[in-house]
Amino acid sequence: MTQHTTIAVAMSGGVDSSTVAAMLAHQGDTQARGSASVIGLTLQLWDQTRLAGRHGIPDAPKAGRCCSLDDVYDARRVAEHLGIPYYVVNQQERFERDVVRPFVDEYLAGRTPIPCSLCNNHLKFDQLLLTARSIGAGRIATGHYAVNEFDPARGRWILKRPTDLAKDQTYFLFGLTQKQLSRTLFPLGRLTKPEVREIARAHGLALAEKPDSQEICFIPGGDYKQFLTAYLEEQGEQVPETAGELVASSGEFLGRHDGIFNFTVGQRKGLGVSSPSPLYVLNIDPASHRVTVGADAELATRSLRGRRLNWISIPVLTAPMRVKIKIRHRHEPAWAKLEPAGPDEVLATFDEPQRAVTPGQSAVFYDGDEVVGGGWIV
Amino acid sequence: MRRVYMDANATTPLLPEVVEAMRPYWMEHFGNASSIHLDGQRAHAAVDQARETMARFFNCHAAEVVFNSGGTEGDNTAIFGLLHPGDHFITTSIEHSAILEPAKRLTLDGVETTFVAPQLSGLIDPVNIRRAIRPETRLISVMLANNETGVLQPVEEIGRIAADTGIFFHIDAVQGAGKVQFDVRRFGCHLLSISAHKMHGPKGIGVLFVRRGTPVEPLLVGGSHERRQRAGTENVPGIVGLAKAAELAMHSLEDGTIHRLAALRDRLEAGIVALPGTGLNGAWDGDKPVPRVANTTNIWFDQLEGEALVIALDLKGVSVSGGSACHSGATEPSHVLMAMGLDKTRARASLRFSLLKTATDADVDHVLRVVPEAVEHLRALSPVAAGTLG
Repeated sequence: MTQHTTIAVAMSGGVDSSTVAAMLAHQGDTQARGSASVIGLTLQLWDQTRLAGRHGIPDAPKAGRCCSLDDVYDARRVAEHLGIPYYVVNQQERFERDVVRPFVDEYLAGRTPIPCSLCNNHLKFDQLLLTARSIGAGRIATGHYAVNEFDPARGRWILKRPTDLAKDQTYFLFGLTQKQLSRTLFPLGRLTKPEVREIARAHGLALAEKPDSQEICFIPGGDYKQFLTAYLEEQGEQVPETAGELVASSGEFLGRHDGIFNFTVGQRKGLGVSSPSPLYVLNIDPASHRVTVGADAELATRSLRGRRLNWISIPVLTAPMRVKIKIRHRHEPAWAKLEPAGPDEVLATFDEPQRAVTPGQSAVFYDGDEVVGGGWIV
Repeated sequence: MRRVYMDANATTPLLPEVVEAMRPYWMEHFGNASSIHLDGQRAHAAVDQARETMARFFNCHAAEVVFNSGGTEGDNTAIFGLLHPGDHFITTSIEHSAILEPAKRLTLDGVETTFVAPQLSGLIDPVNIRRAIRPETRLISVMLANNETGVLQPVEEIGRIAADTGIFFHIDAVQGAGKVQFDVRRFGCHLLSISAHKMHGPKGIGVLFVRRGTPVEPLLVGGSHERRQRAGTENVPGIVGLAKAAELAMHSLEDGTIHRLAALRDRLEAGIVALPGTGLNGAWDGDKPVPRVANTTNIWFDQLEGEALVIALDLKGVSVSGGSACHSGATEPSHVLMAMGLDKTRARASLRFSLLKTATDADVDHVLRVVPEAVEHLRALSPVAAGTLG
C-alpha cells in the first residue's frame, strides 16, 4: 500500500490550498518519482444556486466564493496544471445536516453560531481523513495557517499559532482531535501570506492574485438573515415567531422587535430605537424573546463558561491554569484564569473585563503560541 | 501502472480503422460538402456514402438519415421538434437527462409529460405506457438500452402501441448502438437517436433517423443542409468516422464479438457478486434474467460509498463509474437506480462496469484482483460499519 507516502490535499480553489498542492506535488517530484503521491480533493458542500431567486438572493452566484462552481473549476485547473489526480467528493447532505441546519437553529435560538468551526469539528477533517484513507492516502494537507507538531516529551500533537498572525486560523481548529492532528499537515504554518502568493507565482498558478474569501461559504452575499428566510422557505417551514420586547438594562421598555435572530450580542446597528448615546445588544433571552440593550460599557463581562470542550496540548484540565483566551476570530487574546467547572465545562475569569462575550461562539485557550484547547461559549 | 477501462458507456476510443478512414478529410479532402467545385464534390461524395452506410445500419432509406452533433441533439430535436403547447408527452423516469431536461423545460410551454416508472428489474412495462396515453398524446420516447443498467427496453411492443394509437415514437438508442442489431422498421419508431462516440467513433457526431413524413421541426435553422432538417456545415471527417464505426459495429454484431463480450461481462459480474454484501441491479425479473446489452453490469456493494470506490479503483488503474456527475463533478446517486426503487444508500453504493468490445480476459482478471481488495479496504474504514474517524 502507498498509505504512508500519499497525501490528499484539501483544495478549495483558493490561493492557500492551491499553493499547498503545488508545494507537495513538487516535493513528490523530487523525492519519489512516478507514483501519484499527491491527490487533490474538493468537498462539494453546498450548491450555490440552490436558494437563487428567493428573498433577494441573486440568481447567479458571485464569482470566487468557496464551494462555488468557479472555485471547483479553479481547483481542478490547479490539479491539471500540477498533473495530480483530482476528485470532487459530494458531502452536500452531511453539510446541510451537520452545519447549515445547526447554524439556522442556533440563530433561531438567539445565539450567534460559527459555521466554520462546526464544519471543521464535525465534517471537514473527519470526512477528508476518511476519504483520504479510503483511497490510500494516510495523511491530508490543508491550506490553514496553523502549525501542527508532535511533542515527544508530552506525547501529544500540539497546535500552534502560525508565523503570519494576521492569518491565524487556530481559532477555528480548536476541535481537532489528537488522531486528526496526527494525520494532518499544515504546510503554510511557517509562511506569510505574501510568501504564499510568491510561491504560487513561482509555480505558475494563475490564481496567485485571487482575493481571499472572507465570508461564510454558503452565504455568498454575507446576509445571514436573508439566508435564514430563504432556507426556511425552501424547507417549507415558517420562520418561528420570536418577536418580543426590546428593553434597556434598567428594565425600561424601549419598543418591540421582529425576531431574536436579527440580533447578536454587541450589535449596534439596526436596533430600531433611537437614543442620545449608542446602544448595543447586551443579552438575548431565547425563552422570553426579550432583547436587552445598553451602553458599550455594559457589554463588558468578567467571566464566561465553556462547554463541549476539546483539549489539545493537555489531556484534560484538572487544575486552574493561566491562559490567554480568544472569544471571537478577530479578538486579541486576553489573560484569564481557566478552571474546571464540571465534567465538560470550564469557567474562565478574565483579568480585564471583555467586550461582548457571545453565546454560540467559541472560546479558544492559548498558552503562549500553543492551543491548550477550546469550547463553546454558553 | 496497468489501466483497465471499464466505462465504455461513457465513451469509447476510436478504432484504428476509424482514424484511418477520417484521416484524408482533415487536410486533403477538406472541401465543404455544399460547394459546387470538385473539392466540395469530393466531400459530398463521402457524406453520401456515409449516409448509405447508416441507412444499412438502421435498415432505412438514406433520405431518412440526418447527421447531427450527437445524442443530446437528436433527443432535443425529437422533443422540441414535435411537441407544441397543449400536447402530451410520454417518456420514462430512467431516460438520459437529454430527454428529461427538455421535457421539464416544455412544461413551461404547456406541454405536459408523464414519466413512466420502471419495475424493480429496470424494465419499463409497455402496459404502463399504454395506460398513460391521452387523446392529446403526441409523442412517446423510450430508450433502447439504459446507460446505467444496460437493460434493453421492449421498444418493439411500445412501437406497436404507438402504431395502434397513431402517436409518434422516438427511441434514444445511444446506448444500444453497436451492441444490438438495429432495425427501425421492426422497432416501429418514427425517430431514433444515436451518437458515434459510444461505438468507437468520434465525439461530436451522431444521427437522428427521421421516418419519412414525420413532421419534426429542425432545431437549428440556417443553410439547406441535411434536406433542411439540420442546418450547419457538415462535419465531414466526423461523418466519415461515424460511418466507419457503424460498419465495424455491424461486422462485430455478426462475428461473435458480442457473445465473447457477454461471456466476459458474465465472468466479471459473477466474480464480483461472489463477494459478500453485493448484488446486481437490473439483471433479474424475479427468477427470469432481464435482457441486457452484453457489455454492462451494475452492482451494489453494502457498507461503502460508491464515490469512494470509484476513486479508489481509479487510483488502482480501473476506470468505472457510479451515479451521475453533477455540475461540480461530485457524484449524485443514480436517478435510474432510484427510479427502480433502490434507496439512496444503495443507489449511492452502486457501480457500473461497462466493457469495451476490445476487452480481454486479462482485463477481467485484473479487475477481479483489484475490486475485492478495494472493497475490503473501504469496508474496514466505512462509517457505516464502524464509527467515523477521530
